[in-house]
Amino acid sequence: MELEQDLMVSERKKKPLRWHVLVFLAPAVIIYTMIMILPLAETLRFSFFQRDTTTQVISFVGLENYIKLFFDPYWVKPFLNSLWNNCYFFLIHMLVQNPIGVLIAALLSMVHLPGKKFYRTAIFMPTLLSFVVVGFVWKLMLSPLWGVSKGLMKSVGVGSWYLPFLGKEETALTTLSLISVWQFIGIPMMLIYAALLSIPDEVIEAAECDGVTGISQFFKIKLVLILPTIGIISILTFVGNFNAFDLIYTTQGPLAGPNFSTDLLGTILYRTFYGQQLQPGDPNMGAAIATVMFFIILMGVAVYLFFIQRKLTRYEM
Amino acid sequence: MAISRARRNRMAELGAHVILLTFAVIALFPVLLILINSLKTKKAIFRKPLELPTSETLDLVGYSTVLQQGNFPLYFWNSLFVTGASLCLILLFGAMAAFALSEYKFRGNRLMGLYMALGIMIPIRLGTVGILRLMVATDLVNTHWALILVYTAQGLPLAIFILSEFMSIVSSDLKSAGRIDGLSEYSIFLRLVLPLIRPAMATVAVFSMIPIWNDLWFPLVLAPAEHTKTLTLGAQVFVGQYSNNWNAILAAMALAVIPVLILYTLFSRQLIRGLTSGAVK
Repeated sequence: MELEQDLMVSERKKKPLRWHVLVFLAPAVIIYTMIMILPLAETLRFSFFQRDTTTQVISFVGLENYIKLFFDPYWVKPFLNSLWNNCYFFLIHMLVQNPIGVLIAALLSMVHLPGKKFYRTAIFMPTLLSFVVVGFVWKLMLSPLWGVSKGLMKSVGVGSWYLPFLGKEETALTTLSLISVWQFIGIPMMLIYAALLSIPDEVIEAAECDGVTGISQFFKIKLVLILPTIGIISILTFVGNFNAFDLIYTTQGPLAGPNFSTDLLGTILYRTFYGQQLQPGDPNMGAAIATVMFFIILMGVAVYLFFIQRKLTRYEM
Repeated sequence: MAISRARRNRMAELGAHVILLTFAVIALFPVLLILINSLKTKKAIFRKPLELPTSETLDLVGYSTVLQQGNFPLYFWNSLFVTGASLCLILLFGAMAAFALSEYKFRGNRLMGLYMALGIMIPIRLGTVGILRLMVATDLVNTHWALILVYTAQGLPLAIFILSEFMSIVSSDLKSAGRIDGLSEYSIFLRLVLPLIRPAMATVAVFSMIPIWNDLWFPLVLAPAEHTKTLTLGAQVFVGQYSNNWNAILAAMALAVIPVLILYTLFSRQLIRGLTSGAVK
C-alpha cells in the first residue's frame, strides 16, 4: 500500500497521474496483500509469543522459541534431521528430474517425430494427479501385500532386489524423492520444450551453415540459449521441495516413518503445529519453524536472483 | 553421403522413440493399473493385478459402493467451479499486473516486482492461521469464495513472474505503433499484448491449475462442509473410511483420476496450439 502512495506522489511531481498503472496493478496487489502477506506477517509475529503451561496466558517471549529450536536437544535433533533430509530430497530432484526433463524436451523438439503429442501428453499426465492419488497408488504398488512391483521386478530378472522400499529406513527417502520426480517431471519438460521451440530458425540455420549439427549443436547452442529457463526451473524446484509435505503425509503419515527417515521441514512443521500422538500442538513453536523455513527459502531465492540470474546472459531472440 | 546421413537420422529417431516410449510407459503405468484393477473382483486384484478384466473377473462393486456412499458428482462440480473461477482471476489480474510491471517505468517498480515475487517462494500455508481468522471474520468459511480467494492469492505471484518474463520479449515497436495510432493503454494491453502472450497464458493456466485442483489442505481447513467439499478432499475422506475395501478404494481413485484425464485431454490441445502458434512465430 505504501508503495502505491509512493508511486502516486512521485508521479504527481513529474507527469499527470497515470491512472492506468494503478488500475492494472490494484486488483492483484490488493488480493495478494490481504490474503497472503498479512496472514503471513501474523504468523511471523506469532513466533515471538508462547502460551504459559500453567496459567495458559499467551505472552511475548522474544526469541525464546528460536533458542529452543536451535539449542535444546529435544528440538534441534529432529530439526537438523529434517533439514538434511530436505537437502537430500532437493539434490535428487536436481540430479534426476532436471536432466531427464532436458533430455525428454530435447528429444521432443526433434523436427520430424511422429507421436510427439502422445509422448508429451503421457509424460505430463502424472503432474496433474493429486498427492492423494499419487501417494496411494505408489503405496499400493510398492506394498509387499499386493506384490505388483515384486512381480514386475521378477519379470525383468531382478526379483531378488525387491525390498519394501517405503518401509526401510535406508530406501524410504530416496523412493519418495523418485516418486516426486515421477510426478513432477512434466514441468521441466514443458518449460524447456517451450523454450527450445522459441529458438528462432535463423540461429539454428546459422549453426548448420557453420557445420554445428546434432549433439554438439544442442550443447553449444540450444543449451546455452535455454539456460535462463533451466535457472527458473531450478529455483521453482528448490521452493517446491522445501515446502514439500503432502506426498510424505499421504504415503508415510504425519510421523514421516520409518523412524523419521522421511521427515521434511513441512512434516515437522505440521507435527509441531497440530501435535502428535500424546503431545499437544504448539502453534507458536510451529510459527517459529515456519519462520525458519521462510528464511531458508528466502536465502535460496536471493542466491538465485542476485548471483545466478545476473550471470545468465539473456539473448534477444 | 546423403544416404548415410539419412540412415543416421533414422537411427537417432528410433532411439528417441525408444527413450520417449519408456518414459511414457513409466508415467502411465501406475494410473492404468488403478483403472484396470478398479474393474475387477477382489480375488483377481490380488491374483492377477496386471491382467485386463475378463468376463469372469469383471466386477463393478467398487463403483457402486462409491456412488452409493459418496457425493462424487457434487464434489466434482465444487472442484470444477473453484478451479475455474480461480484460474480466471489469476490470469486476468496476473496479466494486468505483469503488464504494469514490465511496461511502465515508475518509482518502486523493481521493489513492487520483488514484493509480488515474494509469494512464489512462501507457501501460503504458512499463513493458514491468519487466513482462517480472516475468513471467519468475513463469514466466508465453508463457501467457495474462501477457496477461490486463497487460490487466487496463491497463484498470482507465479503468474506475474512468468507473464512479465514473456511480456518483456514483446516488441516495443509494436506498442509504440499502437500508441501512435491513438490506442489507449487498455486497448494496447487487450488487443496487442494479450494475443501475443497467449502461449504463456496457457502455460500459466496449466501450472496454476494443478496445485488448485489437487489441494487438500485448504478445503480441509476452510471448506470441509459436505456442500463445499472438493473432489480431492472427498476422495481422501473416502479412502480413509474404506481402508480395507480394495474395490471401493480403487474405484474412488479411478473416479478422482478420470475427470483430470478428461480435463487434461481438452486442455492440452489448447496448450499445444498456444505453444506452437505463439512460440514458433
